Amino acid sequence: MSARTLVIAGASCAGVQLAASAREMGFDGPIVMVGDEPHLPYQRPPLSKGVLNGRTAVDQIGLRGPAFYDEQRIELLLGRRAVALDVAARRVTLDDGSALAYDHLAITTGARARVLALPGAALDGVLSLRSLDDALRIAGELGRVRRVCVIGGGFIGLETASALTARGIHVTVVETQTRLLPRSFTPRLSKYIADVHWHRGVNVLCGRGVRAFLGTSRVEAVELDDGHRVECDLVVTGIGVIPNTEWARAAGLPGDRDGALLVDTRGHTPVPGVLAAGDCVAMPSPFTARPGRPVRLESIQAANDGARAAAATLVGRDAPCVAVPWFWSEQHDLKLQMTGLGEASDTLVLRGRPDDHRFTAFHLRDGRVAAAHSVNRPAEHLLSRKLVAAGVAIDAERLADESFDLKSTLAPV
Amino acid sequence: MPAIHYILKDGAVRTVDVRDGLSVMEAAVHANVRGIDAECGGSCACATCHVYVAEADLDRLPPPDELEAEMLDAVAAERRPTSRLSCQIIIGPALDGLTVEVPATQS
Repeated sequence: MSARTLVIAGASCAGVQLAASAREMGFDGPIVMVGDEPHLPYQRPPLSKGVLNGRTAVDQIGLRGPAFYDEQRIELLLGRRAVALDVAARRVTLDDGSALAYDHLAITTGARARVLALPGAALDGVLSLRSLDDALRIAGELGRVRRVCVIGGGFIGLETASALTARGIHVTVVETQTRLLPRSFTPRLSKYIADVHWHRGVNVLCGRGVRAFLGTSRVEAVELDDGHRVECDLVVTGIGVIPNTEWARAAGLPGDRDGALLVDTRGHTPVPGVLAAGDCVAMPSPFTARPGRPVRLESIQAANDGARAAAATLVGRDAPCVAVPWFWSEQHDLKLQMTGLGEASDTLVLRGRPDDHRFTAFHLRDGRVAAAHSVNRPAEHLLSRKLVAAGVAIDAERLADESFDLKSTLAPV
Repeated sequence: MPAIHYILKDGAVRTVDVRDGLSVMEAAVHANVRGIDAECGGSCACATCHVYVAEADLDRLPPPDELEAEMLDAVAAERRPTSRLSCQIIIGPALDGLTVEVPATQS
């Protein structure tokens, strides 16, 4: 293979996987990886879990060890960010004014936390959680805060609430929608999650927006849109993310309405020589209610599988990404594992009892398993991934019957 | 530092010196030991860090807890009595010289 240069913009999970897979598949040209943070590439999932609750040390979360980059001849440019792209000249400009010429460009710049542009947002103690520095800043506050207001009842918000509660901090979660995890969970599961948080002492307020952050230099309270005040000495916002793609879209790469770059299942953008993967892309998925519709999946699985598909493309192999989506969360003593996309499912079937905190909620679409959300049932989750991947048709009553062997619905391999 | 021996798919042995407190999975990922995917980063959620512990070393490990045992039922390669999820094996002085074998596949 010719020694053509691969530039990877974004030292993310997708970026590192893409580099590692490219080397494993025989790409022998120079690889230059640009990352805007000063740290060696690290895993994000522990930030809202183990890093906050003190169980995970910073040196445990590296995506690879420091020696990996030398061994694999990956040049890391840390603390620098791609700011402009010239697709005709195949050149990326960085924020220090330097430029990198590429033969192949992989965009794995991920996403950044959305911020609330509200009065008081600049007060000390109003933080978001996306990066390692964010997590360390929040962890550094924990010795002196007693009451935390978490804005956003999605996965980041709820994991944060859980981790802080475990450290003895009183947490209030404010969610503008009328229930928690509104985009991922059905009302029944949202209620289950809300009950678990409530029983662990988290104050859950749904259906209420935030009007302002109050305080003189440091935040002292959050004012809600119904006039209610949540007294707190720290605010953590988790209200979604914005793909870091403005610089690439300015060069003509098409994005979806959220700004995620549109790629095919091989990681191609429509621009020759430019691949993309991870949180910053939307890729067609066979697992949506309308198969082929591009979806942005904010998960490790999507980042890894998309990166592997892009690496294959890079070396001239055809290995499109058709992986079943899955992701997980940890809240209090719940291990939540989810697979498939439950949108437009028509039937919800429970296997096991929520009261036991061990069950799986299966989502059926036209009689087939479209998605499954498991609580403390890891083996059933792994089996569910196979059921979703195969689009297994199953009778709802059988599915609910725990004496029925689910494995028998899968054709022998 | 305790040394962990990883027997790779091709039979080669990689020995990695690991500081106490890391898991056998973390040590493998940091050292780029091929064949331990660890897609969930060590939270016992994916069963892609499956290893076979050398029989002679089995007694040195506490048995798997309920969650790990359940996950082991769903590993991609054959489950054996020596199967463990490497993310659940935390390295300390007592595990110096531990040998684990990487299975043929993780997914």
